[in-house]
Amino acid sequence: MSALAAALRKEALIQWRSRAQLLAVYLFGAASLLLFSFAIGPDSAALRQHSAGFLWLALLLSSTLSLAESFGHEMENRAFEGLLLLGAGPRSLYYGKALSNWAQLSLVGIGLVPVMVVLYDAGTPRIPSLVAVIVLGTSGLSAPGTLYAAMTAQARARQTLLPLLLFPLVVPVLLASVKASSLVILGDPMGQMGSWILLLVAFDLIHWSLCGLLFGRVVED
Amino acid sequence: MSLPAAPFPAEDRTLFWPYALAALGLALLLWGSSWGLFVAPAESYMGDVQRIMYVHVPTAWNALLALTFAFGCALAFLVRGSWRWDARLEAAMEVGTVLSALLCMQGAIWAKPTWGVWWDWDPRLTTTAVMVFAFAGILTLRRFVDDPVKRAVWSAVATVIAYVDVPIVYFSVKWWNSLHQHQSSPETVSKAFHWPLRINAFGILFLMSGMIALRARLADLRRQGEMAPPLPEPGTVALGGAR
Repeated sequence: MSALAAALRKEALIQWRSRAQLLAVYLFGAASLLLFSFAIGPDSAALRQHSAGFLWLALLLSSTLSLAESFGHEMENRAFEGLLLLGAGPRSLYYGKALSNWAQLSLVGIGLVPVMVVLYDAGTPRIPSLVAVIVLGTSGLSAPGTLYAAMTAQARARQTLLPLLLFPLVVPVLLASVKASSLVILGDPMGQMGSWILLLVAFDLIHWSLCGLLFGRVVED
Repeated sequence: MSLPAAPFPAEDRTLFWPYALAALGLALLLWGSSWGLFVAPAESYMGDVQRIMYVHVPTAWNALLALTFAFGCALAFLVRGSWRWDARLEAAMEVGTVLSALLCMQGAIWAKPTWGVWWDWDPRLTTTAVMVFAFAGILTLRRFVDDPVKRAVWSAVATVIAYVDVPIVYFSVKWWNSLHQHQSSPETVSKAFHWPLRINAFGILFLMSGMIALRARLADLRRQGEMAPPLPEPGTVALGGAR
């Protein structure tokens, strides 16, 4: 537990010292939201209808930027090997990094909500529900994303490889998050929200445990 | 001029069986397909378009079988750490991905005259497309990692995760309205269609098994070449043109 706390402290320190990167990722997401509206044109009803999909696409694209960079500091001067030699244990290093990525992506997602509301007229009084969906969805992006980022950070062409590996894998997260966010924004007369949340929770549980188990193999061999 | 008696080292004579299996599979595939094209009757609603079923359904079965085998190889590699399983993983994943891509193409060719569209966002189709991209991504990863140990471990880990994801994708998209028909069984398919379907299923199975065995051999040879100690400096040993 103390190893996880130390890993989290390290992540918090890295996040704070490279806070400009968080801002860059956020600006990228906001710019994507602006660009998506050009695909539909100035049809406010259609934009509102598709707002949840655009929000999650922007978040998914932004996530590849932040995830691909997340192991940058550790890979410099083979610092990650040093961390492993310190006896921190790969599992606590993984969960520290994944929790930090989750926090970062949740912040970006929550920050993108006002941009979505303004650009797509997608206001909703149920903001806490939307925040909950964002937190659950970004958790599904960051668990496998952190594992794949650890692999691709050591490979050539990491900016290409990470989305190639991650995008097919997170299709269920994208589906469930878009559906759930859409139900929050546009209303849920048929009471479908529960099943999408259940899918998100199931995906999160499977990937947070499976990726934690396999991370040791990825970094130790 | 004297040439060596055999172009391959003695151990390569074991390649006879994969080649024989692939040849048998190809022969069965030709037999089953000509039966399906020329002997079996046309289906009463779809007409001749239905005949693509004789390759489409066996391709689907074998693609899933190959990817399941790849998943088994990934687990075996992670548990036992033997290079043999890594080579089999690469072979099965490559053949399975090609078969899944073929499956999508055959489905699209059938869907255009039947459904009126090339593609539909149906659970079965979406799942297959996700599967193709997930495994193609892992094959790409293998090309970008130079260290054989890292390449083997990472692709095994990624295969386990991708394979676990497929049922989740399947169930998540199942809640949408489905257009693709359910699995056929001998009870739901006319007896006149059984034999070409069965012959082709075994044909593709044998062809696929032969190809996986050959591809695994190639992967193993490539890995041995990568891990071989560097050649001595030129000049110390005559490096003749012959390989």
